[in-house]
Amino acid sequence: MQLVRPYAPWVGRALPLPNIVKSGGALPPLSILGPAILVGFAMALPLAYLIIRSAGASEDAWSLLFRLRTAQILWRSALLVVIVTGASVTLAVPLAWLTVRTDLPYRRLWSVLTALPLVVPSYVGAFLAASALGPKGLAQQMLEPIGVDRLPEIYGLPGAAITLTLLSYPYVLLTVRAALRNLDPSLDESARMLGHGPWSTMFRMTLPQLRPAIASGSLLVSLYTLSDFGAVSLMRYETFTWAIYQQYQSAFDRSIAAVLSLVLVLLAVMILFADSVSGSKGRYYRAGTGSARALKTITLKAWKWPAVGLCALVSITALGLPIAVLTYWLVKGVSSGEPLLLLWTEARNSLYVSGLAALAATVLAVPVAALAVRYPSLLARGVERLSYVGYALPGIVVALALVFFGSRVAQPVYQTLWLLIFAYVVLFIPAALGAVRSSLMQVSPRMEEAARCLGRGRMRVMWSVTTPMVRPGLLMGGALVFLVTMKELPATLILGPLGFKTLASAVWSASSEAFFAQAAAPALMLILMSSAPMAVLMMRDRSRG
Amino acid sequence: MTAPLLKCVGLAKSFGDFLAVRNVSFEVFPGEIVSILGSSGSGKTTVLRLIAGLEAPTAGEVIIQGEVASTPERQTPPDKRAVGMVVQEYALFPHMTVEQNIAFGLHELDDAEIGERVTEVMELVQLPELGARYPHELSGGQQQRVALARTLAPRPVTVLMDEPFSNVDAGMRSEMRRQVEAILRDGQMAAVFVTHDRDQAFAIADRVGIMSDGEMAQVDTPEAVYHLPVSRHVARLTGACDFLPGEVQADGTAITEAGVFPILSPAEELESGAEVDLLVRPDDFGIEVNESGAALLQSREFRGDETMLVAAMPSGRTLRCRKESFFDLSAGIRVDLVLRRPTPFAAFRS
Repeated sequence: MQLVRPYAPWVGRALPLPNIVKSGGALPPLSILGPAILVGFAMALPLAYLIIRSAGASEDAWSLLFRLRTAQILWRSALLVVIVTGASVTLAVPLAWLTVRTDLPYRRLWSVLTALPLVVPSYVGAFLAASALGPKGLAQQMLEPIGVDRLPEIYGLPGAAITLTLLSYPYVLLTVRAALRNLDPSLDESARMLGHGPWSTMFRMTLPQLRPAIASGSLLVSLYTLSDFGAVSLMRYETFTWAIYQQYQSAFDRSIAAVLSLVLVLLAVMILFADSVSGSKGRYYRAGTGSARALKTITLKAWKWPAVGLCALVSITALGLPIAVLTYWLVKGVSSGEPLLLLWTEARNSLYVSGLAALAATVLAVPVAALAVRYPSLLARGVERLSYVGYALPGIVVALALVFFGSRVAQPVYQTLWLLIFAYVVLFIPAALGAVRSSLMQVSPRMEEAARCLGRGRMRVMWSVTTPMVRPGLLMGGALVFLVTMKELPATLILGPLGFKTLASAVWSASSEAFFAQAAAPALMLILMSSAPMAVLMMRDRSRG
Repeated sequence: MTAPLLKCVGLAKSFGDFLAVRNVSFEVFPGEIVSILGSSGSGKTTVLRLIAGLEAPTAGEVIIQGEVASTPERQTPPDKRAVGMVVQEYALFPHMTVEQNIAFGLHELDDAEIGERVTEVMELVQLPELGARYPHELSGGQQQRVALARTLAPRPVTVLMDEPFSNVDAGMRSEMRRQVEAILRDGQMAAVFVTHDRDQAFAIADRVGIMSDGEMAQVDTPEAVYHLPVSRHVARLTGACDFLPGEVQADGTAITEAGVFPILSPAEELESGAEVDLLVRPDDFGIEVNESGAALLQSREFRGDETMLVAAMPSGRTLRCRKESFFDLSAGIRVDLVLRRPTPFAAFRS
């Protein structure tokens, strides 16, 4: 029997590496690190320039800030955010639960219909609401025969809140739905076996588990509301975005707009901060072992038809009515002899810039996501954070910052499409990043290592293993960016080259002058064209279900 | 004597401040299976990853087929080593069918050969009908078998397996283990098999390496690590054990409460008069009923294959003893402890 004695004690001890660039001792490849850093800095540029610009603002601008009813604007913005977010959660959570967990009749149909209002841009929703419910609007015309000559005032807070809630509750709906699907059925079952009834299980088990999803959906809604420009201006409810636009259009000293923008950014940062304090975001690879059992469907019994009623009510109000009103204006426009303009140029422009923005955002998101997921370090986190800056920046703020930047520093690209696309990328790269990041996270590094051990080189593995697995994420990210770019208004208005019109700006210019019949055609085209990427997203959503 | 296919020399790996593996050295010869036994977190998986070239060592070398594959400065990429690895998470490619997964490592063959080889290994892991399925349609045990088939398909020279049978049904496990063993030996491959289950480690391996706290405490035959472990820790990792205090005598024996027994010290020199603890395994003493016996039968535990008895000596110290399943005397009677062990006891300084 031979005994293997321990060898001499191990001498030499590696110095602990500061985890600044290296990740677990490995330096990320330059082909990822370089582009990622560039993207991070580029995405932070508008905000940086805005800060520089506001710092250099005249004292007048700063003192004007306090005279300009800023407190009032702040109050209005905050009020709107709170109302819209609260209403969205109240609306979305029951809908999500009904369409995922229960035996609701026509469940598939409702799950598509209730999410679809996402494709309606806020300014379209607002112009439809105003034209239907406003003074001398459709509703009043219909009600006049029975003696109603005044409707409650729609302009102002009620109009803005209703419009924005109906258009943004799907954000909460989609996140909560995803969370509901991923719930571990054994937890609910355990709760039942521990003696909790269905209601108690729901409040003590299901809802607490949904909290992170509700929080992230709410975050989306509140940032969306805060940065919305179209609905609040058409509803004449003065929040920051509208005030900034007015200052930008009218005032001689544009630095007032810059200073106001900075306050708006601060507000957005506060919302983000509140969210990050309220919960931490998990990081996980999907466990490879086995597949989770399907959740048990809950039978609604007598509640079946009231539940259908709720889904129908929401779908009709948020989707059916807008389409009906839109059709009405379209028909009215045509019948009153107005030429039905098929806005080919505008449609082509919209497609072109949205496609370019989607492509650019997705491609640029890849190195940042790869660095963050595979080579976590202080630097990687910093780069990722920088790339997320657009998340907190309202479109109007980025547009304004780039106007300053373009007119002062980057003259050659000012008033070109490139600057506009850059603005879109800054604004929407977080959507692409999120999708790419989460799909990369599902590709366990073990997977790539296994492929390497089977004799394939790094590039071959990237191509045959990583890419096919990440492809749905890339597609999803691209579709998301395409969708939001299509609907984007303030940056398009401010940064679009002279004479460059998209569907969004066509809707805006007609509806802000209350030419509803003229706005109908581009609005309808816009909705139809953004339905395509929405369909991609929904299909993905469903195949996971 | 043939040259080793795989050789690790003083391997060490640290992650930041954490020393995952230090000073690990062992060799694996063609047709030999070495299992690495250790509790979770002891660095077993890291050793495999170092051998596969998935991690760069902080110190030491990996030598495969006589060629230096890894040093702290330079590592042959994983795809250029003839090393196959079954990872604990299986890492099956979710976008490929079982067949495509298995064929993934066979890119140098032509289509007919690939088909042949895939069928061959699928039969080996007893999954001949599941070729068209996707990984998520398989049970955990089936996924594990596909992972094994995928690794064996390209006929690697060295095979690394990280808990390869952990999810396979107990009934199928020994059958599969025998088959895998046959393949590894027929192919004259060198295999390293990581597990925290000592039964599996002992059953398959020619030699067992015991890892604790990132160090390879002992590499030896299963019998040697069981009967002559180099430390108390290795003794505990390799099976049930009790320690019997004694005093070393000049003739290489030790006086204990239970008698005078020959001893060996695997780890150090022991001078006469030294206080030691003798490692006692449940088989070392037999139990005989004797109304005036010095020991008391404290408890009896029926386990099916065997009956485990606990005998208390006059000092109150207890020893575990194994008896047949039909031993049916109940606790409370007086007994004698009878030496059965033919070889010296391992002794450790107290």
